Amino acid sequence: MTKLDSKIPQGPLAEKWTHYKEHARLVNPANRKKLDIIVVGTGIAGSSAAATLGEMGYNVKVFCYQDMPRRAHSVAAQGGINAAKNYKNDGDSVFRLFYDMIKGGDYRSREANVYRAAEVSNASIDQLVAQGVPFAREYGGTLANRSFGGVQVSRTFYAQGQTGQQVLLGCYSGLCRQVDLGTVTMYPRRDVLDIVVIDGKARGVVARNLVTGVIERHAAHAVVLATGGYGTIYYLSTLAVNSNATAAWAAYKRGAFFGNPSFVQIHPTSLPVLNEYQSKLTLMSESLRNDGRIWVPKDKEDKRHPNHIPEEDRDYYLERRYPAYGNLVPRDVGSRAAKERCDAGYGVGPTGLSVYLDFKDAIQKQGKKAIAAKYGNLFELYHRVTGSDPYEEPMRIYPAGHYTMGGLWVDYGLMTTINGLFAIGESNFSDHGANRLGASSLMQCAGDGYFILPYTLSDYLAAEIRTPHIATDDKAFEEAEKNVTGRIDKLMKVNGRKTALSFHKRLGNIMWNHCGMARNEEGLKKAYDMVEELEKEFWKDVRIPGTPNELNQELEKAIRIADFFGLAKLMITDALDRKESCGAHFREESQTGSGEAQRIDSTYSYVAAWEYTDEAGTPVLHKEPLVFENVELKERSYK
Amino acid sequence: MKLRLKIWRQPNATEKGKFATYDMDNVSPEMSFLEMLDSLNGTLVEKGEMPVAFEHDCREGICGSCGLYINGHPHGPQKLATTCHLYMRVFRDGQTIVVEPWRARPFPVIRDLIVDRTSLEKILVAGGYISVDTGQAAESNTTKIQKENADESYDSAVCIGCGACVAACKNASAMLFVSAKVSQFALLPQGKVEAKRRVQRMVARMDELGFGNCTNSYACEAECPKGIKITNIARMNREFWKAKVCGQKTV
Repeated sequence: MTKLDSKIPQGPLAEKWTHYKEHARLVNPANRKKLDIIVVGTGIAGSSAAATLGEMGYNVKVFCYQDMPRRAHSVAAQGGINAAKNYKNDGDSVFRLFYDMIKGGDYRSREANVYRAAEVSNASIDQLVAQGVPFAREYGGTLANRSFGGVQVSRTFYAQGQTGQQVLLGCYSGLCRQVDLGTVTMYPRRDVLDIVVIDGKARGVVARNLVTGVIERHAAHAVVLATGGYGTIYYLSTLAVNSNATAAWAAYKRGAFFGNPSFVQIHPTSLPVLNEYQSKLTLMSESLRNDGRIWVPKDKEDKRHPNHIPEEDRDYYLERRYPAYGNLVPRDVGSRAAKERCDAGYGVGPTGLSVYLDFKDAIQKQGKKAIAAKYGNLFELYHRVTGSDPYEEPMRIYPAGHYTMGGLWVDYGLMTTINGLFAIGESNFSDHGANRLGASSLMQCAGDGYFILPYTLSDYLAAEIRTPHIATDDKAFEEAEKNVTGRIDKLMKVNGRKTALSFHKRLGNIMWNHCGMARNEEGLKKAYDMVEELEKEFWKDVRIPGTPNELNQELEKAIRIADFFGLAKLMITDALDRKESCGAHFREESQTGSGEAQRIDSTYSYVAAWEYTDEAGTPVLHKEPLVFENVELKERSYK
Repeated sequence: MKLRLKIWRQPNATEKGKFATYDMDNVSPEMSFLEMLDSLNGTLVEKGEMPVAFEHDCREGICGSCGLYINGHPHGPQKLATTCHLYMRVFRDGQTIVVEPWRARPFPVIRDLIVDRTSLEKILVAGGYISVDTGQAAESNTTKIQKENADESYDSAVCIGCGACVAACKNASAMLFVSAKVSQFALLPQGKVEAKRRVQRMVARMDELGFGNCTNSYACEAECPKGIKITNIARMNREFWKAKVCGQKTV
């Protein structure tokens, strides 16, 4: 059995990463071009990693699902990217950023990784600025900052409400440069369906060419997954519709442990569900909470238009419950508070499942122009989707499935439990514990890709310089290809009556109701059975027209959804195991008198790393104990 | 709402395509255009027919994947909106809607409404970047950038690479796309070092790939979902001639 070893370097927290870098093994430049690396996924983490590894001289092959890397879902991140620059002179530091993340994650992340993420954050900003990312600036020409949830400093760098797009395009431009220089080869429109493991080491992938349907083998000395999160398991989420868990799930089945799968962030400020046809929940950046105030009517029966409800009849419930942080409480706290009000009957809108986000005061104080400069594109977006003008009346918002803190378990070097298989960015579990703070995902992705993986991967590859190019005729490749084609054949042969999408909707519903913002034992157990039933029905009744040897979007969906059933069961299993509440994981059985999440540190201070056994068997739980040497575990209070 | 859809169907790049007609009865004005197509596809799949292939991903107007030519307009009749942000409430009950893929020689059809837009990436690969190795950047605030320039650079940088400008142009010109990238960097001090080489290489690659010339019809600006300004093209032309005149060796 694989033993969990997080390989955290010795020494004081602030010196661990420096110590690691100084002692990591290196690969001589002449040897680098003999080594092949596969990077799967081209968001901020994947693009920045691939570009940097190419620049170092490795042969890099990059795979993405879309036609071009620029479309990866990092593009949709809105609010910003954190760094401990302390440009505002408001008491920020690397330690403060680390502390905010550890606390924000409700003490369920690994100290050493989080500290390192904070430590490299400043270099990421410098790198991005040098690449021409047009971050917002002050009149004096210096970079501007704003504040985000869960912190008391302004450390967020931003480009209006499209920071993710600008950061991704910066990383992508670096990737284009490496393609130009010939160090990186792009494989777009590929779905990576299996990971090839030879003698215990990841040596390649099997991918489906989405245009021709051809199943391809690609070999390398190491494989990096930068495949993002699996929030689409809820069907309606803020994620891109094609986001999936396919490659990460394949890795899990090949022996990579899955860390904290049930830790999913429900984002508090999304557009509410408007109708039954809806395919997507659009995020309204958390940055809006800098100026917007969240409220519901004090009286359940108050059906007046929000503009006609006077101040004294409004309940600014976040300001009331959390005076210290007000509207800028962390996401899990904000989401649950909205759910609490709506469940109690105070919700607004036709479904009663939304709350107001109001800019009236901010517009009055700062003027419409200043608000437009900060949030113009978000206001337009809202107007276009809902037909209502947020300059004139409050927005309506509700929480939505957003970001997965859970992901493949990795050690300090970002390597999974399969040697030579690395996971970076959202696809790993590492930096955000049970709840992620706003603007820290871009920070983690850029840090992993630019500054961390290049060191840790080189350390691994240093022992591989004598390994010749891996041949794709190895029997492990043959077996993986058979596994993939067998699964596709099985799907095609079902020839039932229902669309893959209809199953996805039903799965999403089960997960949202029972393994979403609040969970309890009874509901989780029920959900598990429901998912199993639905999975059986799927394999009997899904319909995929056409053939696998052509562009076939129904097949793509079915492949993705087939994996979601297994992942859903793993999430439920994990949620059942953790009988405490922490961060976004809210077990109704474990709450304080005032309805806050109640951690049980004595029992649950661990990372749950799940090992796959077989299709029918129950996964095996491995516990990585979390040791806190630098922070004191406290009740997370934002009051 | 009842609608008649005329949709371009083409099984692959080599076979000939044709319009197919579909009548839809239960279209809600609250649906987005793509959700309406989802609904059509659901019906087709249940009948065992191949659904209409179309590209889409984020469905929030930022990834640039979706791009349908609807009733003669890239992304449909609404200004400053991508196809995923087009809602059925802008159409009339009983209307006929014609849906085509982007039509431009550098964008060959892959299937139905999906085209290959990687030619746009090929232009970016020819210099659409600033050469800075990882870890070599100076502390950000050592270079001050005038707010106006940073803002203008951002306005050009918001291009989503959807290709609507090319589809809108009678010459299939990619000048708006290319000039947006050239401008983003030309407005920043970081981008100045390679400016001459960049503009010449990108323009050369654009021509090589078969994109047409700009003849000032302004169709690209009118149809761009992100409001990229045509003044970028003027700036690119200036940058281009500056590079030529200032004796930079042709690259």
